[in-house]
Amino acid sequence: MTDLLEVRNLHVAYGKVEAVHEVSLRVGSGRIVTVIGPNGAGKTTLLGAIMGLLPARGEIRYAGHATAATSVEQRVGRGLILVPERRELFAAMSVADNLELGAFQRVRSGDRSWRATLDEVYARFPRLRERRAQLAGTLSGGERQMLAMGRALMGKPRLLLLDEPSLGLAPLIVREIFSIIESLRASGVSILLVEQNARAALQVSDYGYVLETGELAVEGPSAELAANPRVAATYLGHATAPLSPGAGQGLSVPGRTPAGATRVRSTR
Amino acid sequence: MDLSILALLTQDGITNGAVYALLALALVLVFAVTRVIWVPAGEFVAFGTLTLAGFQLGRPPGTISLLVGMALVAGAMEVVACVRRGEPARIPRQLAFWTGIPVVLAAAGAWLAGPELPFWAQILLTLALVTPLGTLLYRIAYQPLAEASVLVLLIVSVAVHFALTGLGLYFFGAEGSRTPPFSSLTFTVGGVNVSMQSLLVVGTSIALIGALYLFFGRTLYGKALRATALNRVGARLVGVSPNLAGALTFTLGGLLCAFSGVLIGPISTVYYDSGFLVSLKGFVGAIIGGLVSYPLAAAGALLVGLIEAFASFWASGFKEVIVFTLIIPVLLWRSLTTHHHEEDE
Repeated sequence: MTDLLEVRNLHVAYGKVEAVHEVSLRVGSGRIVTVIGPNGAGKTTLLGAIMGLLPARGEIRYAGHATAATSVEQRVGRGLILVPERRELFAAMSVADNLELGAFQRVRSGDRSWRATLDEVYARFPRLRERRAQLAGTLSGGERQMLAMGRALMGKPRLLLLDEPSLGLAPLIVREIFSIIESLRASGVSILLVEQNARAALQVSDYGYVLETGELAVEGPSAELAANPRVAATYLGHATAPLSPGAGQGLSVPGRTPAGATRVRSTR
Repeated sequence: MDLSILALLTQDGITNGAVYALLALALVLVFAVTRVIWVPAGEFVAFGTLTLAGFQLGRPPGTISLLVGMALVAGAMEVVACVRRGEPARIPRQLAFWTGIPVVLAAAGAWLAGPELPFWAQILLTLALVTPLGTLLYRIAYQPLAEASVLVLLIVSVAVHFALTGLGLYFFGAEGSRTPPFSSLTFTVGGVNVSMQSLLVVGTSIALIGALYLFFGRTLYGKALRATALNRVGARLVGVSPNLAGALTFTLGGLLCAFSGVLIGPISTVYYDSGFLVSLKGFVGAIIGGLVSYPLAAAGALLVGLIEAFASFWASGFKEVIVFTLIIPVLLWRSLTTHHHEEDE
């Protein structure tokens, strides 16, 4: 199995405050990998660095190439596409225009097949077809998430970075979103999923990482992570004991500080 | 004041207002996409008139040297940028775009300039020479600061304004120019004299505004510019680079200003430094539109033109004072009616 994305010893800082330290992770081709963790753990920062929106130290390799010298736009052109937590839609433009712009980088490099992709996206999200003439700013929360995902799919992603796709959505819609995530894998898209909804994220993914205060606390196959008592306690809501320190016995624990020495840092 | 004077002043006001409207649209566009308050827009107006006047006299205008100079600077900056990023393979392509195309346009201008060149060709050449100055100006002065705050960009704009005024004096000289009217026909509609010149100016402005409307509403690149204005992060995430959007915006801005310069040439004598006052009137119009609304900006510019025309009839000495005083009630009105909201999703 080749790794589509390989992150090694990544550090990201806002000024002097380091929000992500020594993070290493991989996403294999055709896999769904999830990063779970509490608010402020640095999950969004991690995705921002992978996308190139934030300057970072360390190595990020995508599709076998170091990304250090490439811009956000070039990464988009190579199929590395982020669906951000804030959706970042074009509120005063129609749904159809938002989707068309999702294919901007492809059209620019001479790919004329975006209309076929548009039909695929409408088939996947029939709601978007109904609302195609409506302004993006007037959509409901669930529809906005669908539009953000549809816009990303218009760019023909190889690796989709999803930041909190279930945030603020009704349970029924959350279920719909996760079933779409699963069906995306079937169509050959690899996914790096960042979630606070750990239960759903671990159910849908192959492999998981737990990020706490900017550091990886635990990693392992998703089924094992879900069975881990500490993870279950902290993130699946069975008890109230915090995960670290000393979490993840029996699983691989990358570069941990000694138990009890976990430093508390402010992130963001 | 009788009806014929009223009609005459209205016609004057609408004609001037149409030119100010083009400027107001250029200012709103540039601000919305790049957050630059485009103080040097006026220099582009003056360059437009003076370039056309140069062609009228049958000699190559100073714009040609200015264009070549800026193309060389931009090309050198691109080479340095490519080497720094470790992408020397991109140098030929970047050089062809930033230096090659402007130099070809400049050469065409120098070669074609002559007394036998037809008027319409002179206008086209003028637009072809002044418009790329906008693109080059973005690359040289604004792209390196794309992430800077609005205030820093404003300070840079003021500096660029003075630099371009100085360059204008150097390349065009201190004497003013006026271009001949496009047409000297007049005809009478319902007892009111209408000049063909006014109709042409207003008609051209409307046509240009219509073309812009289609560009922003129908084409992918137009939509990409609107997207950048609405949400920069979102635009980057679909692959619209801020540099591409900025260069395209300044090209359009350069075209609009050069067009204004061509249209205003027959109306008033233009010196190397008289563009500033003209663009300030466009700016008042843009402020009426809050620097965001295109239709309000165009309507505001039309209002400025009308007020200017009537002010010059009743109190010609205070003409400019009256026009610029208009901005105070507008600002008051806007500050009372606009809700300031932070980071609206």
